[in-house]
Amino acid sequence: MSDLPVLLPSAANLLNDAGRQRREGAFRVDLKLWHGVVLVAALAVVLGVAEAAGNAKESPWAVLVNWMPFILWGQEGHWQGFSLNIIISFFAMLIGTVVGAALGLMQVSLLLPVRTGSWIVTQFFRNSPWLVLLFTIMLMLPFEIQIGDTIIPIPDWVKAVIGFSLPVMANISEVVRGAVISLPSGQWESAESLAFTRFQTMWMIILPQCVKRMIPPWMNWYAILAMATPLCSIMGVEESVTFTQQAMSAEGGRPELLAPFYVFLLVIFFIYIYPIARWTVRLERKYSVKI
Amino acid sequence: MAWDESQPMVSIKDVYKSFGDLEVLKGVSFDVMKREVICIIGPSGSGKSTLIRCVNALNTINSGSITVEGQEVHDPKLDKLELRKKVGMVFQQYNLFPHKTAIENVMMAPIHVLKEDKAEVEGRAYALIKKVRLEGKENSYPGELSGGQQQRVAIARSLAMRPDVMLFDEVTAALDPETVKEVLVTIQELAEDGMTCMLVTHEMGFARELADHIYFTDRGVIVEHGPPATFFDDAKDPRTKEFLSQIL
Repeated sequence: MSDLPVLLPSAANLLNDAGRQRREGAFRVDLKLWHGVVLVAALAVVLGVAEAAGNAKESPWAVLVNWMPFILWGQEGHWQGFSLNIIISFFAMLIGTVVGAALGLMQVSLLLPVRTGSWIVTQFFRNSPWLVLLFTIMLMLPFEIQIGDTIIPIPDWVKAVIGFSLPVMANISEVVRGAVISLPSGQWESAESLAFTRFQTMWMIILPQCVKRMIPPWMNWYAILAMATPLCSIMGVEESVTFTQQAMSAEGGRPELLAPFYVFLLVIFFIYIYPIARWTVRLERKYSVKI
Repeated sequence: MAWDESQPMVSIKDVYKSFGDLEVLKGVSFDVMKREVICIIGPSGSGKSTLIRCVNALNTINSGSITVEGQEVHDPKLDKLELRKKVGMVFQQYNLFPHKTAIENVMMAPIHVLKEDKAEVEGRAYALIKKVRLEGKENSYPGELSGGQQQRVAIARSLAMRPDVMLFDEVTAALDPETVKEVLVTIQELAEDGMTCMLVTHEMGFARELADHIYFTDRGVIVEHGPPATFFDDAKDPRTKEFLSQIL
């Protein structure tokens, strides 16, 4: 805490945030509308600067507008560019949630080996750098697998989905475990004294109460994941950052285009993630009042 | 060895229980007959809640024996679920399921544990809600009910399992004074119906009026016991006297 009384309220806020982040195991994607306004203003500024530096070539704005469909959707008839970021995040979240929920329940198992095993898996993937996991998975998996006579190709974006689903899985596992153990022990005891089996207790009494608590951190993890998807551009997955770079080199590598293109990407990500972040905060408030 | 009603409903013999180094129960013994109402009183930390929780195996014991209807509770081979169908328990913090309405709270265990017919259970649940005087609150969620109302739903929820013994663990301790009465009335009616009841309580007036037998525990042992009249008016042990002088 601070010695300066004027700082006390913000010190209290910091303390509060730190407590919540320890509980949720993640920073909260806390986007405000003015962040977007600043981004759009920044885009205008960098475009202006590029215009001034571009001496008589095609205007940066026109170039950017020209490439926008490519960055957003990729080539005609393909899911590429930013739409691929969304697809990767969607499937990684789906796999991460399903496997992570199972792993989280294993973490509260009564069987010691199950509990320990799932704890180790959870901690390993939760505390590994996302990029390293992504590299490992993308380089380890073959580009195709053969089952009998059929050859099933594994495209890069599928590998990326698997690579991203691992840290998501581990963090969802923690969210589930945290929600289950945060319920008062009286719920378990009263269910026990009514002769419910452990499975019935979990399924009918504990989990339904946990869902509400899990939704805000779960959505927050989705926002974090969606922001992390450009990592796979390093491995050449044809998502928005890869295509932004391709677009810029197609324009002959004009250095003044760098800032406008990347700030444009930031704006796109903001537009996608801002509503999710706001909704998360709203749900969090709603549920924290209720329970 | 079949159990019949001439034998104790609950029999506690020389029970020891410790949490780590802390000895909570140091050789407690007593019997509870069918239709008997007993109250366990004593200072906080004297082991009375632990004792009552051992009766339905929520806590384990280190040595000794507890039987319910002749069945050893702490036999590792015992089907705990079978035991808990016979022993109902009500807690200090009510512990209702907050995501279910009052009537659903009452109906859940009979439907899912006893696998009884839903329509039949529903009829019984409405009757129980009526019995605890909560008509009209069937579809309220626990969060919408007062402490006393929640506690009465908890009692109805326990009764829906048709237990033979009811355990009450300081069920009025968390309530506002004005709602204590309504819960006590419910328990009193239950006792008058012939339910075997074991209560841990701080309500001395209630214990005196309702109990057939009072047990006073201090530091893990039963210091003194007797019917209410003798116990309250003619206590022998200095520890009992001191406790009663503080509380009455």
